[in-house]
Amino acid sequence: MAVNNPKFDASEALLGAYSVPDGAKWALDARSLAAANLRRMGAPVKRDEYWKYTNPVGLTQVPAPKAALFEAGETPMFDAIDRLKLVFVDGVFDADQSDDLALSGLEIETLSDALSKDIHWAKDLFGVLETNGQTPVDRPLAALNTAVAQEGFVIKATGKVAKPVAIRYLHASDSSDAMVHHVIKVDAGASLTLLENGPGAARFNSVMEVDVLDGAEFHHIRTQGRDHQRRTATHMFGRLGAQSIFRSFTMTVNGILTRNESVLEFTGDDAKATVGGASAGDGRDFHHDDTVFVTHDSLNCESRQVFKKVLRNGATGVFQGKILVKADAQKTDGYQISQGLLLDDNSNFLAKPELEIYADDVICSHGSTVGAIDEDAIFYLLSRGVPKAQAEDMMILAFLGEAIDEIEDDALSANIHERLAEWMERRRG
Amino acid sequence: MLDIKNLQVGLEEEDKQILKGVDLKIGEGEVHAIMGPNGSGKSTMSYVLAGKSGYKVTGGSATLYGDDLLDMAPEERAAAGLFLAFQYPVEIPGVGNMTFLRTAVNAQRKARGEPELTAGEFLKEVRTKAKSLKIDADMLKRPVNVGFSGGEKKRNEILQMAMLAPKMCILDETDSGLDVDAMKLVAEGVNALRDGKRSFLVITHYQRLLDHIKPDVVHIMADGKIIKSGGPELALEVENNGYADILAEVA
Repeated sequence: MAVNNPKFDASEALLGAYSVPDGAKWALDARSLAAANLRRMGAPVKRDEYWKYTNPVGLTQVPAPKAALFEAGETPMFDAIDRLKLVFVDGVFDADQSDDLALSGLEIETLSDALSKDIHWAKDLFGVLETNGQTPVDRPLAALNTAVAQEGFVIKATGKVAKPVAIRYLHASDSSDAMVHHVIKVDAGASLTLLENGPGAARFNSVMEVDVLDGAEFHHIRTQGRDHQRRTATHMFGRLGAQSIFRSFTMTVNGILTRNESVLEFTGDDAKATVGGASAGDGRDFHHDDTVFVTHDSLNCESRQVFKKVLRNGATGVFQGKILVKADAQKTDGYQISQGLLLDDNSNFLAKPELEIYADDVICSHGSTVGAIDEDAIFYLLSRGVPKAQAEDMMILAFLGEAIDEIEDDALSANIHERLAEWMERRRG
Repeated sequence: MLDIKNLQVGLEEEDKQILKGVDLKIGEGEVHAIMGPNGSGKSTMSYVLAGKSGYKVTGGSATLYGDDLLDMAPEERAAAGLFLAFQYPVEIPGVGNMTFLRTAVNAQRKARGEPELTAGEFLKEVRTKAKSLKIDADMLKRPVNVGFSGGEKKRNEILQMAMLAPKMCILDETDSGLDVDAMKLVAEGVNALRDGKRSFLVITHYQRLLDHIKPDVVHIMADGKIIKSGGPELALEVENNGYADILAEVA
């Protein structure tokens, strides 16, 4: 037995820092399995291949590092949209601030309620999609979450859900350390839109397991905004049935550390998935990491990864994206683009695009670019009288817009565009 | 109004002099044309006046209504009333043409302390002006110049000029890449803006554009200087004989 290995010291410390919630036997079994997985993998450390661009220490240290509160002073995102509102404060569900858990086409209950029932459909998903997603790459923070998370929702969409479910995560304490775990099932032919916004906590660890059955649709739009000191690690595990649609988009602005992992698996034919993100980072302490793994294991499926990052004043953006096409996944159409726009010489964009293909009749393309703002375009705008800062912002919005346009719903897409433009304008002063 | 005196300009990155003492005075409402062989410095002069980076002014001056242009940022020159129609209009993916136009118009109004146009006012104006230039709604919606044909790009330049209503318009080879009909359309757009006060500097290789936009004065530029000035007949002389005679005559 190795001693003094920091990976295992850290995983023990993490498991020791949280208590395991009570629940039905199947739930406790799933939690034990996750804890055992974490012990086997160890906590992530900087020398892990999968963490070489992002130092995980702020995500693993015990206790969690503090984060000063941030007052945004603006209308919360998605407030103008007719939705089922659910509010978490520092990772704890706040029923008083939330709507009643009732919506046509939707079954929804808290994680702790679902996990205390001896018989529940969530048994087939809770910790299951997460565990599947641990191969071939370890995701220890997700295992930790399954092992100890008490908060979250178990949601089943049984038809076309009338309006989006919108979860808002508020950050209220400078030392909060949140663990949130959602289990989502979109029944065959059903559709659900899930909106998430807010920083969540001083440190926020979330896992979402999403099972999208045959012919079902899942739309996910998330904003992680403007809370400068927060740290966040999110994992989304999606399983796609035949002819299903899965779309996820995340906008991230500021935050000391953000690691968003998306792990998708196509298990039925003719399905489509898009994962995209737009992020804007300002300052040496901004670090944002999108890590995506898409596995094609069925016929004629289409996946798109579209990530854009604007970085300035020493900010760092990371993209690690992989498309794995298994031998039987013929007619796969895989696409991946990651682009960094650097506004100065101090900022960094680090990308690791990967394709691994075992089928011979597929179309897969990937690209990654990094560059500065097009000076000719800036001069063109200046020559028409647009001031420099505004001209730059127009170019930035145009650049990020290509990722935002991946959102299918025009109203939500416009919502994100407008918010970003507001932030830019406010930044210009 | 535009007064250029002994303007000398080199490149910032390398030791190369391009303009070697240009003198040019354009009065209110006048149309001047500049012709000249390739590499004589015509486009450089237009860029330097508009404020493009990469050039180093080593001597001389350029003023617009007495204000020192060379001391202003490009956007200030625009707000002061200078407009350059680009030889190669820049494509800007992701920025809608309409958004771009409205931002530019309102930025200039703001800089001059005038009230900004409301969305309704702007729309009304742009529709009228676009129509006369045969610019359809689709072109206004598309990203700036992206996927535009050569003719569409040049018409879009004239639309911007019409919307921004500058005092001094510089047209840098606006006729290049245009067929006869497109050139007529562009020329009509320019002529519609002639109001006795607004001045124009038309840079061109061909006399044909000057059939449509009638100049008051024609200048010949060679090797970074204006070597000869005259009336419209000078353009015809170039058209018939090329530059060789004029160059020989000056040398």
